[in-house]
Amino acid sequence: MAPVVSVKDLRVRFTTPDAVVSAVNGISFDLKAGRVLGILGESGSGKSVTLRALIGLLPPRHSRVEGHIAVAGHNVTKMSDAELREVRGTKIAMIFQEPMTALDPVFTIGEQIAETIVRHEGVSRDAAYRRALELLEMVQIPSAARRLKAYPHEMSGGMRQRAMIALALSCRPAVLLADEPTTALDVTVQIQIIVLLRQLQQELGMAVVFVTHDVGVAAEVADRIAVMYAGRFVETGPTDSVIRSPSHPYTAGLLASTVLGAAHGQRLEAIPGAPPDMTSLPPGCSFAPRCRFADPRCRHDLPGEYPLAADRAVRCLRVAEGEIAVTSPR
Amino acid sequence: MRPLLAVDGLTKHFPVRGGLLNRTQAMVQAVDDVSFTVEAGETLGIVGESGCGKSTTARLLMHQVPLDRGTIAFDGKAIGSREALSRRDLHRQMQMVFQDSYASLNPRLPVSMSIAFGPLAHGLAKPAALARAMDLLEAVGLDPLLFANRYPHELSGGQRQRINVARALALEPRLVILDEAVSALDKSIEAQVLNLLVDLKQRLDLTYIFISHDLNVVRFISDRVMVMYLGKIVEYGPVDRIYRAPRHPYTKALLLAMPSMDPRRRTQEAPLSGDPPNPINPPSGCRFRTRCPFAEAVCADVPPALTADDGGRAVACHMLSPGSGHSRA
Repeated sequence: MAPVVSVKDLRVRFTTPDAVVSAVNGISFDLKAGRVLGILGESGSGKSVTLRALIGLLPPRHSRVEGHIAVAGHNVTKMSDAELREVRGTKIAMIFQEPMTALDPVFTIGEQIAETIVRHEGVSRDAAYRRALELLEMVQIPSAARRLKAYPHEMSGGMRQRAMIALALSCRPAVLLADEPTTALDVTVQIQIIVLLRQLQQELGMAVVFVTHDVGVAAEVADRIAVMYAGRFVETGPTDSVIRSPSHPYTAGLLASTVLGAAHGQRLEAIPGAPPDMTSLPPGCSFAPRCRFADPRCRHDLPGEYPLAADRAVRCLRVAEGEIAVTSPR
Repeated sequence: MRPLLAVDGLTKHFPVRGGLLNRTQAMVQAVDDVSFTVEAGETLGIVGESGCGKSTTARLLMHQVPLDRGTIAFDGKAIGSREALSRRDLHRQMQMVFQDSYASLNPRLPVSMSIAFGPLAHGLAKPAALARAMDLLEAVGLDPLLFANRYPHELSGGQRQRINVARALALEPRLVILDEAVSALDKSIEAQVLNLLVDLKQRLDLTYIFISHDLNVVRFISDRVMVMYLGKIVEYGPVDRIYRAPRHPYTKALLLAMPSMDPRRRTQEAPLSGDPPNPINPPSGCRFRTRCPFAEAVCADVPPALTADDGGRAVACHMLSPGSGHSRA
């Protein structure tokens, strides 16, 4: 089966009057229909920029996107604004951390969903409202008929998140991009949205790219994980095996610094230092300045993506050459 | 032994004004009859979701907002009453670190001056205050030669939060309230700051109140934990007992709602539906009853009392108090 998303050597740079920020520095992946890729990374790692590049939402005057992005057979990097508007919603849709970035405060939820359906599918307004009602029921909004007439500010955070999901799914996209959609929610609401998204993804057979900083959330939703650091995937593989036996020193450090299972009051194995300045990345491995396994080669040569067993890959010279084995934190 | 901090019946209701005459239309029952103690040398964790009153509790302890009812005693001395501890003395004993590392620092002062500000205001001479700032920079792991003259915008979030910790320690307080102090930090940086907090506590004999929505972090750092829901304590006790065997239905749901970390054992069903209700006009009786799978008539009529067992744990649930009228009691 051909992948529904195919990304080859994606690079994104932002130019400001003072500097050039290299936000994404060569990312490649394929995603098949019905699969979920979790991109795990910390702030500034380039995970949200990657998503925005996939749906063509980066500001053209200040950003430069290179590489090849194909979504459902369309080459996103080569499309005009009008073509992009056609593809967004029907082929690819996005949900955000803050639903008010996607919802219009002056229209009711029903109007917004119906407008989208009329715009893309050319059906009557009545038919579009009927679909909107079905969609609100699908995302399990209680008393959906009444909520159709509600404005976004009249809804709670969890309900707004559901409404945004309904809007994103209104034209049956083949690919859903999720940018930390549960991060701002309370923990009891977060798990409701996670369970809902997983259920919808399976029912509708969508491909999902799910960006998060939270290992636990990634473990709940993703089939595969890509760990992102300084604009590159440093490790990719099936979720279970990456979490249970991380191979890149950064992944291992990230897992060790999540306090789950750490002995009470004991020191955490924190990664020293801070992420690199994205305006002047080090020449070699971006993680080398913080890595306790780094040797002189790591500081000079950019490591490639080396395949490992069991459908995994790692961007680390020393792991690839079998010189180090990062111990599993659990 | 006398607790370092004893809080009894703490209550704060905020009026919601509106309409033509700006009359009070409703009350937000932010904190309602909350009592707890903090022993010297321990860390008390406070967890709960938005609107549960955890941050209001912290602000009441610091006397940043006046309380409606209740008493707070620090080391046996009542705070707020006449013969007791003045606010000036209180702030020497008790300090706070907030979530937003940037908003807590004056952008026009070099960080060493921000740290020295408290001691200066309390009458320490400038050279001595600056010397203390240098020592504190060292103590929070920032090289004074590199960092003393920097401004907040020249620092990363983790570095700024270290400055805020140093600033909170500048008056040599005995109790530090950490209100979501690591919540805005990336995981790898969060771990560094948590390590720092654990180290400082040992070195300086500190007592912490650690407020967070992150259940993992609270488990890691706390000795005892207090779970709040809509302004009330629902469960309170030693951290291991509460995390291993939660007894209040809300605590159970909260722990079940945490992502599993094991892709082979994913959460199949959310333990609770809906959002936490609005703290304006909370439900009668037990405030959790509208989301509780075991709620019965008694739960709507009678607010459950916080009842302690012999293991130092207290729970507010009718199911756990025999004779309450709940069928499971």
